Amino acid sequence: MTTQEWKFTAKEIAEKPDQFLSGHRACAGCVPATVLKLVMKATRGPTIVTEATGCMEVVSSIYPYTSWSVPWIHTAFETAAANAAGIDAALKALKRKGQLKEHVDIIAFAGDGGTYDIGFQALSGAVERGHDFLFVLYDNEGYMNTGIQRSGGTPIGAATTTSPAGKVVPGKLQHKKPITDIMVAHGIEYVATASPYYWKDLLTKVRKGLEVEGPAFLHVLAPCPRGWRSEPADSIYYSKLAVETCVFPLWEAINGQYQLSTPSKLIALAPQKKKPVTEYLNGQGRYRHLFKPQGKAILDEIQRWTDDRWAKLLKKCVEEQKT
Amino acid sequence: MSREKSWKEISPAGVCSKPSTAFLTGDWKTFTPVRDLEKCTTCLLCVIYCPDGAIRFRSEAGKIEFDYRFCKGCGICAKECPTKAITMKLEKGE
Repeated sequence: MTTQEWKFTAKEIAEKPDQFLSGHRACAGCVPATVLKLVMKATRGPTIVTEATGCMEVVSSIYPYTSWSVPWIHTAFETAAANAAGIDAALKALKRKGQLKEHVDIIAFAGDGGTYDIGFQALSGAVERGHDFLFVLYDNEGYMNTGIQRSGGTPIGAATTTSPAGKVVPGKLQHKKPITDIMVAHGIEYVATASPYYWKDLLTKVRKGLEVEGPAFLHVLAPCPRGWRSEPADSIYYSKLAVETCVFPLWEAINGQYQLSTPSKLIALAPQKKKPVTEYLNGQGRYRHLFKPQGKAILDEIQRWTDDRWAKLLKKCVEEQKT
Repeated sequence: MSREKSWKEISPAGVCSKPSTAFLTGDWKTFTPVRDLEKCTTCLLCVIYCPDGAIRFRSEAGKIEFDYRFCKGCGICAKECPTKAITMKLEKGE
């Protein structure tokens, strides 16, 4: 992997024409749409996009309209990574026959349902076979498109339609699956987490992932005002708070070497800047029940789990620095 | 669409052929963002964060333009504007 750093300035990004066009039918305040728009701004040349079923596939390809100005393929929920593997194999064959000269990047988009749960075996397989593609997970923490059901990516305590909060059950009972750590364990060259509020960081990570020869994985937190039952205007703000409370720390693992990205590094250097998780949870309707007296235990559990994971992440980063 | 289309009228394999920019989503909004030109520093954050690509930057003129044909009125631009140059105004019905 090259060590070259890219400089993405606001002006350059604003001037580059959108490859994810206006007129898509996402809800007002949909951050996954911002994420897709920004990811497509970081492309370096010809790009083929493949997408699993999910919110962003549905809103961007309602017949006969398409929001993509790049070649774009949609297949079933399971197959974003399998599709990318197929495209990669086809491009290799064309190159071998001499029919294709230039390099073509492949980006696979999937939501948390298409990554954590349904698409996982295809992703794991494609990564193991070492196909050259960038997998972007836009994580809105549930199956929002089909009516806000829980997924493997939904955090503990969140109320969804299949884990409703009531007198007996306080929302989802299980923790979020540590998908990025699982992807690091696959031994791939580049794994990173990003948040759209820190857009420069996000774009740089996309470009790094594309430059890698082989699979790369990018986990982007994408607040969903409809599913999180929050104000549409606040959705970008939540993607900032998630980083500041260390619920969603930003880091990248290059060849398994963990290192914190700047926004999270600043919190690691000045621990007093770390905000309590209640600041992030408050205002999101899916956590409303936790702010009643009986929800205290879950709030404490979320804080404990967040602190625990943050401490473990810091330890991993420190260990890498020593070696 | 009032009547069902026959297969002859549908594109092969159901390929989407029209750009979504032909589908205007601007009539969804309740609130309209209004920009105070004196406060605006052209930092371009609204252009970057807009989920609908409804805020465009005209580089030759160095100006930001709001495309109300696509704006859904979510208010992200007003919330994230560092100088609070954007306010959300309630659209008046006719």
